[in-house]
Amino acid sequence: MASMQSLDVVQRSATTTTPPSVRASGTEVAKLIDISKCIGCKACQVACMQWNDLRDDIGSSVGVYDNPADLTDQSWTVMRFAEVTAKDGPMAGELEWLIRKDGCMHCEDPGCLRACPAPGAIVKYSNGIVDFISENCIGCGYCIAGCPFNVPRISKRDNKAYKCTLCSDRVAVGQAPACVKTCPTGAIMFGAKEDMVARGEKRTADLKERGFKNAGLYNPQGVGGTHVMYVLQHADTPDLYSGLPKDPTINPMVSVWKGVAKPLLSIGLGLAALGAFFHYVTRGRKEVSDDVQRGA
Amino acid sequence: MSHVTMRSGEIQRYSANERTHHWITAILFILLAASGLAFFHPAFWPLTALLGGGSWARILHPFLGVLMFVSFFLLALRVWGDNKIEAHDREWNKRLGDVINNRDDNLPEIGKYNMGQKQLFRVLVVSIIVLLISGVVLWRPYFAGAFPIDVVRLAALLHSLAGFVLILGIIVHIYAAIWVKGSIRAMTRGTVSHGWAQHHHPLWYRKMTGMTK
Repeated sequence: MASMQSLDVVQRSATTTTPPSVRASGTEVAKLIDISKCIGCKACQVACMQWNDLRDDIGSSVGVYDNPADLTDQSWTVMRFAEVTAKDGPMAGELEWLIRKDGCMHCEDPGCLRACPAPGAIVKYSNGIVDFISENCIGCGYCIAGCPFNVPRISKRDNKAYKCTLCSDRVAVGQAPACVKTCPTGAIMFGAKEDMVARGEKRTADLKERGFKNAGLYNPQGVGGTHVMYVLQHADTPDLYSGLPKDPTINPMVSVWKGVAKPLLSIGLGLAALGAFFHYVTRGRKEVSDDVQRGA
Repeated sequence: MSHVTMRSGEIQRYSANERTHHWITAILFILLAASGLAFFHPAFWPLTALLGGGSWARILHPFLGVLMFVSFFLLALRVWGDNKIEAHDREWNKRLGDVINNRDDNLPEIGKYNMGQKQLFRVLVVSIIVLLISGVVLWRPYFAGAFPIDVVRLAALLHSLAGFVLILGIIVHIYAAIWVKGSIRAMTRGTVSHGWAQHHHPLWYRKMTGMTK
C-alpha cells in the first residue's frame, strides 16, 4: 500500500542513502499469535479482507480445511491446518490440530527488501513493519527469492507484489491490526515488541507447566527476530506447523547476490572502464607505422 | 573466397549484412546491459528510463534477452570458423604483454582474429548461454513460478555473475576497437586499410589479397 508513515522509514529498498526518518519513533511493535489459543475460525482472514478491501476468487475445496489453499495477492493471511499426532504434552499420542495463521513475519532483517531492485518499493518503518509500496513495484519477483517464509505474491492483474502490511495504516493512527481486533479467543495480540516478547514468554511458561515441555516463542534470530511472533506448543519442531522453518535466514545465494556481489561487481565494471581509459592515456593507440601503410 | 577490392588502400573485412547483424546485437546488448545493471545496483537505476521506466524495463528485458541470444548465436555461427585456436595464436598469446604495451615488432603472424578476440568469443558464448538459461528461470510472470525457489535464487546469482562477465567482456571489446586504430571502420564502413590488415592480421591479409591460397 501507499506509505502511511513516510517520515518514519529506517530501511528503503534499492536505496544507498539514509531514508526519511525524522519521525522515527523508536518503539518497535509486534503481533503475537498464540497458536495454543487458536480455534481456526478464520475470522482473522475475514477481517483482513474487509479492512484491506480484498476479495479473492472463489476457489475449490482441496480436501483440507485451508481456505483459500494458499496466500495470494488477495489473501494476505491464511490459516494453515496441520493434523498431527501429539508427541508430547497433555495430549501425547492423540490427534492434535496445529493451526497456524500464515502471512508476512515482518522480519527485522527483511530478505524481500534486500533483494528488491526498485527504489522505495519496500520499506521498513522504525516500528518494524515491512511494507510494500506497490506503486514503486516493478513486478520482478526478487522479493519472492529474498523471502525466507514464502510470503510475497504477485498479482496476475497488475503484476505488483502484495503481502500483509501488518495494517500499517491502522497502526499509524494508533489502532491494532484488523486480525488482532477481530480474533474471538485473543489468540492474536498486538503491542510493543518488548511487551509481546514478555507476554509470549509468560505464556510459554504457562504451557510448560501444563505439560507442553517444548513450548516456546518463535522469534527467529536468523532474520534478526520478527515483528510477527508465534507461541508454539512444540517450538522444537516448528516444521510441524505447516512447514514453519526452524531457523530461517536469508538464503546465502541471495546474500551474495544482493550483498557482496552488488557493490563489488559494480565497482569492477567501473574499474575496467577506468583501466581502459588510463591504458589509452599512458600507452596510447595501436597505430600502424607509416612504413607498413606505404608498403601496402 | 570471394572478396571485393575496394578503393585503393582498402580491404573488405565485414559485409553490409555482417555489420547490420553485429549492430543489431550491439543495440540489444546496450538495452539489456542498461536495464540489467539497473536491476542489479541502485546506482544504475536511472538507466531503466532507457526502456521507459522500471516496470517497462522488467517487461522488456527478457524479451530483448531472447532476441539478443538468437541474434548473437547467428552471429557467432558466422565467425565460428575464424575463431578456432591455432598454434600461432598460442605463440601470439605468449607476447600479450608486448601487445598491450604496443610493442608489436615481430609478433607471430595470425589470421582474421587474434587470441584475445578468440578468447573473448568463448567468454561471450558461455556467458550468453548462462544468461539465457538463468534468465528463463527468473522470468516473471511466465516461467519463474514453475521452478523451486532455490533454483530461482541460484539463477539470480548466476544471471548477475554472467551479466558481469559479459559486460566486462564488452568493455574490453569496445576499448580494443578504440585502441587499435582503424578497427572501428571495419564495423561501420566495412573496410580496413591494407596496412592495418597486414600489421594486425597478416595471414588473413595474405588470404584476402590472394598472396596465399
